[in-house]
Amino acid sequence: MKTFPSLIVALVPASLALAIAFGSVDLGVAQLSDALLGRGDEIAREIVWGVRAPRALAGFACGALLALAGALLQVLLRNPLADPTILGVSGGAAAGALAAMLLGVAAATVNLAALGGAAIAAGAVFAFSLSRSGWNPYRVLLTGVALASGFGALVGLMLSLAPSSQLQGMLFWLLGDLSPAGDPTAALVVLAGCTALAFSQSAALDVLILGEDKARSLGIAVKRLQSIAFGCATVATVAAVLLGGAIGFVGLVVPHLLRLCGVHRHAALLPLAVCLGGSLLALADTLARTVAAPAELPVGVITALVGMPMLLVLLARLR
Amino acid sequence: MLEAAGIGLSAGNRELVRALDLSLAPGQCWALLGRNGSGKSSLILALAGLRAPQSGRVALDGTPLAAYRRAELARRIAVLFQDEDTDFWGSVFDYVMLGRYPHSRSAWGRDEEGAALARRRLAELDLTDRSLQAYRTLSGGERQRARIAQVLLQDAAVLLLDEPLQHLDLRHQGQVMRTLSGCAADGKTVLAALHEPGHAARHCGFSLLLYDAGRASLGRSSDMLTQANLEALYQCRLEAAAPQGFLPA
Repeated sequence: MKTFPSLIVALVPASLALAIAFGSVDLGVAQLSDALLGRGDEIAREIVWGVRAPRALAGFACGALLALAGALLQVLLRNPLADPTILGVSGGAAAGALAAMLLGVAAATVNLAALGGAAIAAGAVFAFSLSRSGWNPYRVLLTGVALASGFGALVGLMLSLAPSSQLQGMLFWLLGDLSPAGDPTAALVVLAGCTALAFSQSAALDVLILGEDKARSLGIAVKRLQSIAFGCATVATVAAVLLGGAIGFVGLVVPHLLRLCGVHRHAALLPLAVCLGGSLLALADTLARTVAAPAELPVGVITALVGMPMLLVLLARLR
Repeated sequence: MLEAAGIGLSAGNRELVRALDLSLAPGQCWALLGRNGSGKSSLILALAGLRAPQSGRVALDGTPLAAYRRAELARRIAVLFQDEDTDFWGSVFDYVMLGRYPHSRSAWGRDEEGAALARRRLAELDLTDRSLQAYRTLSGGERQRARIAQVLLQDAAVLLLDEPLQHLDLRHQGQVMRTLSGCAADGKTVLAALHEPGHAARHCGFSLLLYDAGRASLGRSSDMLTQANLEALYQCRLEAAAPQGFLPA
């Protein structure tokens, strides 16, 4: 089992390399390596460093954040079906973003509106689930699901009202799309912070599986632990959604893929989820950019189409 | 020394315990007896600092439980809960090792000392040949012993156990009771909710009887476990065990 974690970690540079190597413009191996080293012709350098590298890193950050959030939510809610969309945050962000698009504002404002919608959703979940005695995971689930369907209705309303010229942009946002991602630096910083913070709680998260009272009796400040982990999951989800829209399946599937392969301890599960989620989304985005080039597909479609059979195959093999 | 002063407990509008004073000293093994729903579990949760009593206070070595940090309390009080619905992913050994959490925090470092102690606890409870087996494949009684091993590994000065003998066969009932009274002999404080006065009489020097309507009485088991007291406690007629009424030695 020692080789499995190393394989997952090795996937990170491999997926980033593939994401940088492939695109709508064919660059030869020599051209690529020159450009990577900052030599050779300027157009190739611009393609590699100005376009593909940021896009690859954005995909990695996005997938890693979603997988981290999914892993945290699955243990916090003690529910294997938990994923980042369950916080209602993606729904809130989608409603905000679409409202801004409908009003025809600039792209930066769309992001701001998405952030606003996510903040409203997160605030509502926290307000309904956090009491003096602690978090109520059952209420987190219910509030999140209720918010998600409420925002879903708003999204539907806006889609039906939107002029057809805006529909494609909206649909791409809803399906998850990294083409407007831009600079991934902020997301990578959030990723590093959330991963470090969540990792520091990994032993306590292992104990939390025994139930809240047992965890308390073993010395865990459960409310504090839950606040840290819910906080991490929320911030990670918001950062991912702002970067790539509502990309589905990564947050649900990646932690389960790892668990099915025998990774359960959070000290291993969390960092490996970051590596695997990031790598898979970087690869999925490479596919999204290249299969129908020069057209781009929304990456969320790829993650769902690839992720679903992956999980089913693993489930069948490990019966 | 775990002391409760004037604690009151209720469930809904039913009074379970009224103004109970209790002090559990190191080296004492207590049996907690009472009918179903008499408040045994609630009392254990209150004594463990996991539920605040409706009135009164609980203190450990003179300091109120609420003043302790959770991590500190976990090194002093260990609790066996009555139920735990866990589909734990790992081996029996992994499961028992979670009891070491209060003592070792490193996620990566190997806890050799803890592993040795865990192996000893597993052996003590006849689980050595199960230790690498998946926890979820254990039988109910084996799980119960693994849970007890986990609590013992916590190595706290006070052990509060809610029905430690549930699901156990006669051999293991005796084994667990001997282990618990051994812990008391080593200077720990033990309180166990039991349903068999015979075990209480044999292994526990002290008994706490929770009657209905908030009444309780406590003292040396030899004084408390009389036929009259037990008939009043369980509200049924009792007779001395026939020659076929066996208890593990």
